[in-house]
Amino acid sequence: MVLKIEGLVYRHAPGLPPVLDGVDLALAAGEILCLLGPNGTGKTTLLRCLIGALRHERGQVHIDGETDMPPRRLARALAYVPQAAGDSGLCLLDVVLMGRTPHLSPLRLPGRSDERIAREALARVGIAHLAERPFNRASGGERQLALIARALAQQPRLFVMDEPTASLDLGNQARVLRVIRDLAADGMTILVTTHQPEHAFLLGARVVALAGGRIAAAGAARDVLCAKTLSEIYATPVDVVSRDGAPAACVPRL
Amino acid sequence: MTASASTDLPAAVPAARRARAVIALLGATTLVIAILSMGLGHYPLTSAAVLDVLWSALTGTPSGQPPMVDNVVLAVRLPRVLAAMLVGASLAAAGAAYQTLFRNPLASPAILGVSSGAGFGAALAMLLSGGALAIQGAAFAGGMLAVGAAMFIAGRLGKGSALVLVLAGLVVSALFQALTSALKYVADPLDTLPAIVFWLLGSLGRVGTRDLVWAAPFALAGMLALFLLRWPTQVLEAGDDEARTLGVPVRALRIALIAAATLMTAAAVSISGIVGWVGLLVPHLARLIVGPAYATLLPASLLLGAGYLLLVDDLCRSAFAAELPLGIVTAVLGAPVFVVILARARRQWS
Repeated sequence: MVLKIEGLVYRHAPGLPPVLDGVDLALAAGEILCLLGPNGTGKTTLLRCLIGALRHERGQVHIDGETDMPPRRLARALAYVPQAAGDSGLCLLDVVLMGRTPHLSPLRLPGRSDERIAREALARVGIAHLAERPFNRASGGERQLALIARALAQQPRLFVMDEPTASLDLGNQARVLRVIRDLAADGMTILVTTHQPEHAFLLGARVVALAGGRIAAAGAARDVLCAKTLSEIYATPVDVVSRDGAPAACVPRL
Repeated sequence: MTASASTDLPAAVPAARRARAVIALLGATTLVIAILSMGLGHYPLTSAAVLDVLWSALTGTPSGQPPMVDNVVLAVRLPRVLAAMLVGASLAAAGAAYQTLFRNPLASPAILGVSSGAGFGAALAMLLSGGALAIQGAAFAGGMLAVGAAMFIAGRLGKGSALVLVLAGLVVSALFQALTSALKYVADPLDTLPAIVFWLLGSLGRVGTRDLVWAAPFALAGMLALFLLRWPTQVLEAGDDEARTLGVPVRALRIALIAAATLMTAAAVSISGIVGWVGLLVPHLARLIVGPAYATLLPASLLLGAGYLLLVDDLCRSAFAAELPLGIVTAVLGAPVFVVILARARRQWS
């Protein structure tokens, strides 16, 4: 298992109700796991526990069997892809070069081999021609792809992506999803949160649905994401619409 | 995939290559300004004579110049030129570090109350009729006390929030300014008060070799630390959480950067008094020239700060018969130039 989470409990302060209340999940190499759930259900908190930004109260996080890694070591095992934000004036190549940081000896700048790895990462997500473009002049889709390239430059075993398709148009959503699908096909392991259940169908992913800090449903997308379960999770009537005989879209009923 | 050796040459993005050429040009320009500055004064000297004296002093051979010229260059103008470069480079580099560290384009050495704290320390030493060394020591202690207080308040209230730290710095700065005013109020209006007021205005008029020898190691140590940490500092721009996921020990780095930048500011204030605007203005000028990447912005700010303050000090000592206070000239020049930069750079900040 590349990622194994056991009995994770987190609360913001002692005495408060837990935000995460005994979460278990596991991810094998080459697998995509979609983390679903309504707003405020603990998806982001779970990711922040994974990347070491929050300390969980109980439970364990194993990455390739290791726990409690120091930041530098963790950064070589796990790459975090945040939602594309910020107004940095750095060019996209500089942004991707940041991904080489955990591999650099301290007090050194990235070298030519790091630049080669960064350019390969940009090529892999299809934006090699934008290397010199400032981050704050790139489109939302290009920024998101650049942050995925930065994660690639980290050469990690596990990718953790926080709503990588949020606030992107359909075309850019498809570009990002294609990149995620291709990475998994190459053997990369990816944990991705989303508010769009149909992305789990498109990626052929396994699904874990969180509700109230607990796992409400887990399994293959086509098994878990039925109208009944989705309606319960999101507390609103939801229909699952098919395309070519397979479930493809989830549409709420107003 | 293999881990990179990273012992090869730094990455050569076209922009980075251009920045390196610009930095070399800045260094050469600063050197030329320094030589020309040493020829400037009531007793004008040619650059050839200045170079002759400097070369002879380096090689230990007698120069072909009159002893008076040797004396003017080595004992009077060299310490002053070196002091101007040291103060300018320190304040500018500290400003660049604070701006990146706090992700705040308006951050500067004044932000943590360092300048005010150091000013209060020096004023207190003057009031107690301390010698030059006591004044420098007190300025340094005051600066460290101010940043310590700001960090303590921010630590208790903000849990590491950059904004709370900036606000705490403003509060501490206001407190030390009030305390300095109190010192001025009780100071002897005939001798101590003018000395304090003149020092607070900022000046390099009384810098001697001894002041330099005392302050330079601290300033240079701070510069070296900032320079060696320039890559992880640039990564910090991505945000604390992201920098941590990229393997940067954020908290330790933050503390190291604040300590280094504060050390440099205190060293600068202890020899020049309070010279405002340099730490705010120069990093923005450097950003217009070499772009926003901190790894090149820092060396560019160092060199530009050294050259900028040299030029301003030349203006102070040769524009009028009487010497102008450095701090007043940097403010008079700084305010309008900053408005121009603000107008040009606003798009990137909003």
